Amino acid sequence: MLLKYIFKRILVMIPTLFVTSVLIFSVINLPEGDYFETMVAEMQAQGEKADMSRVEFLKKEYGFDKPPAERYFWWVTGLLRGDMGYSFEYQLPVRDIVGDRLLLTMVVSFFTIIFTWIVAFPIGIYSATHQYSWGDYGLTFIGLLGLAVPHFLLALIFLYFANVWFGTSIGGLVDPQYLNQPMSWAKFKSVLEHLWIPVIIIGAGGTAGMIRKLRANLLDELQKQYYVTARAKGLPPGKALRKYPLRMALNFFISDIGDILPSIVSGAEIVAIVLSLQTTGPLLIRALQSQDMYLAGSFLMFLSFLTVIGVLISDIALAILDPRIRLQGTATK
Amino acid sequence: MTTPPAPPPSEPLPHRWSTAPFEPYAVEKMSPEQERVYLAPQWKLMWWKFRKHKLAVISGIVILLMYLSVAICEFLAPYHYTTRNTDFIRAPRQELHLFHEGSFVGPFVYPYTQRLNMENLKREYDIDSSKPQKLRFFCRADSYEFWGLVPGNLHLVCPPEGGTLYLLGTDRLGRDMLSRIFYGGRISLTIGLLGVSVSFVLGIIIGGIAGYYGGKVDLIVQRVIEIVQSLPHIPLWLALGAIMPPSWSPLLVYFGITVILGLMDWTGLARAVRSKLLALREEDYVVAAQLMGAKPARIIGLHLVPGFMSHLIAAATITIPKTILGETALSFLGLGLRPPITSWGVMLNEAQNINVVVLYPWLLYPCIPVIVIILAFNFLGDGLRDAADPYR
Repeated sequence: MLLKYIFKRILVMIPTLFVTSVLIFSVINLPEGDYFETMVAEMQAQGEKADMSRVEFLKKEYGFDKPPAERYFWWVTGLLRGDMGYSFEYQLPVRDIVGDRLLLTMVVSFFTIIFTWIVAFPIGIYSATHQYSWGDYGLTFIGLLGLAVPHFLLALIFLYFANVWFGTSIGGLVDPQYLNQPMSWAKFKSVLEHLWIPVIIIGAGGTAGMIRKLRANLLDELQKQYYVTARAKGLPPGKALRKYPLRMALNFFISDIGDILPSIVSGAEIVAIVLSLQTTGPLLIRALQSQDMYLAGSFLMFLSFLTVIGVLISDIALAILDPRIRLQGTATK
Repeated sequence: MTTPPAPPPSEPLPHRWSTAPFEPYAVEKMSPEQERVYLAPQWKLMWWKFRKHKLAVISGIVILLMYLSVAICEFLAPYHYTTRNTDFIRAPRQELHLFHEGSFVGPFVYPYTQRLNMENLKREYDIDSSKPQKLRFFCRADSYEFWGLVPGNLHLVCPPEGGTLYLLGTDRLGRDMLSRIFYGGRISLTIGLLGVSVSFVLGIIIGGIAGYYGGKVDLIVQRVIEIVQSLPHIPLWLALGAIMPPSWSPLLVYFGITVILGLMDWTGLARAVRSKLLALREEDYVVAAQLMGAKPARIIGLHLVPGFMSHLIAAATITIPKTILGETALSFLGLGLRPPITSWGVMLNEAQNINVVVLYPWLLYPCIPVIVIILAFNFLGDGLRDAADPYR
């Protein structure tokens, strides 16, 4: 039963990914011109003479003289073989460029998620069990503030005060003196000193959303009869909460995996730009701006793939954990 | 009454209904109190519940005031948003005073003079607190075209004769921040509404089709929603923003950005519509309408959607702040709206680095209305959602 369900879900992934790849390819190719035209225009603007024969050669080499459908075909078959293409701007294979930054991005995102959970979980439970109390209003308000303040503003303000109060160097994830140095205890400490800023800022928005969801889910469960029965039988509130409604309300944590996986990799683009972090977000935005199409396209495709995988994992986990879903044989959507 | 002949089995029945008068009061009698509650239309029930949610009511008033103020921003702003004063570049804010040397004079400001610090080439401003300059009210100053149509020059408050009135300071071209915030609000706030209307229409149509037909159509729509949601938002905005040719007029860019923001946000609404419809389409009254020969579009539009319109409006209210933040983020990156169009995001674009926070913190003021409007919309949306929920 479960195996059949998993198999069916994997089969559905294939057309989804296919449509996604077509969408991404066409969106990236929609703007007028291509990377080489931008490059020639930039060189001419700087008064340099563009070597047209070289540009022609490069265009031919990368198949820009061919119709889009053919280019799409080569791109997708390359992806299937694990070849993410070549970045024109960095003159390196996409995999090498992304690979460098991926580790750092994942470290930042990992801590962000942990931070979000640690903060959101107790607050969400408190808000739901003390509905309409001052504590509920206050905490919900703080959470909403994290949602409402634009991230770049938070980033700027945190940078400033971190520098004034703690003397943390501005921008980046490590003190300038440790740049290009091998990993050491001092460097590690410096990274930790810088890490909390992006973690709090990126986590702020997610925390607010999670508090709201947890509060709403828990409130729904607390009204149900099984909880009332448990309380009526004399189960103390804490135990009754832990044993039943909390577990039900946790389902959404699992269904969130689908959203979390790609965000681990992409990081928060705008915050990363303001804080000048060497993560993948700014890289992607720069690639989109300069129409570095293989870098942008392959990376976007990678993110979508992770989302689909994430949704699959959360669906399977839900099916294992929640008998209602398993028996119906359909996903919770 | 004669029944018309039944059509052949494959064709739908003609749509017909009885016009004979029907008086429900003749059947059941109710006391006046019962009548008040039981016969109240849905919006009235919602209003009673909504009224209890104090924070939401206050938020609603704040939102109304903000929209009202951007509707008449030409009148409220002391300057025109393009008026430049090169003598006061990046001037700090002038404080509003009421008392001069212990005596009441009415609202006035102290003039300041600019001085260039030759050591660090920083413009410094000295306040001359001996000469209070009284503000003028309902006065003639910078001329404008109200809504781009009617020329006028009446302002609620104007700078004093021969003086300046920069309550929130000036930007790098010597333009008044307060006036620009008023004008910028017009763009930022309407972009939220327009963007949500785009996603609202898309959400109702697509979600409606999926929910009403179910089966294969539903499966395909579900996958499409999944795909759109799996694409990361900001990069997609960027890519779509890059499609717009640079030769477009600012107004076209504005509409383009609105559509782009709306195109990304319809999925949540479509899902809400779909799940509601899936539950409602089995109801007796839908079957009755079907048996009477009503077409799907009529059933969805006339019988089903009004039933959960309140939910949809609550859901839309929560997506408006997302759109406003999206515009701010896009313009902050320099990819959304472009000057001369002024929005809060465009204004914040100038406050991109740490130097601004240290040297010219007043350039960050456009953040305050952004935060206020987003909080207000969130509270209002919460209140509306609670009010629309019949089980609470």
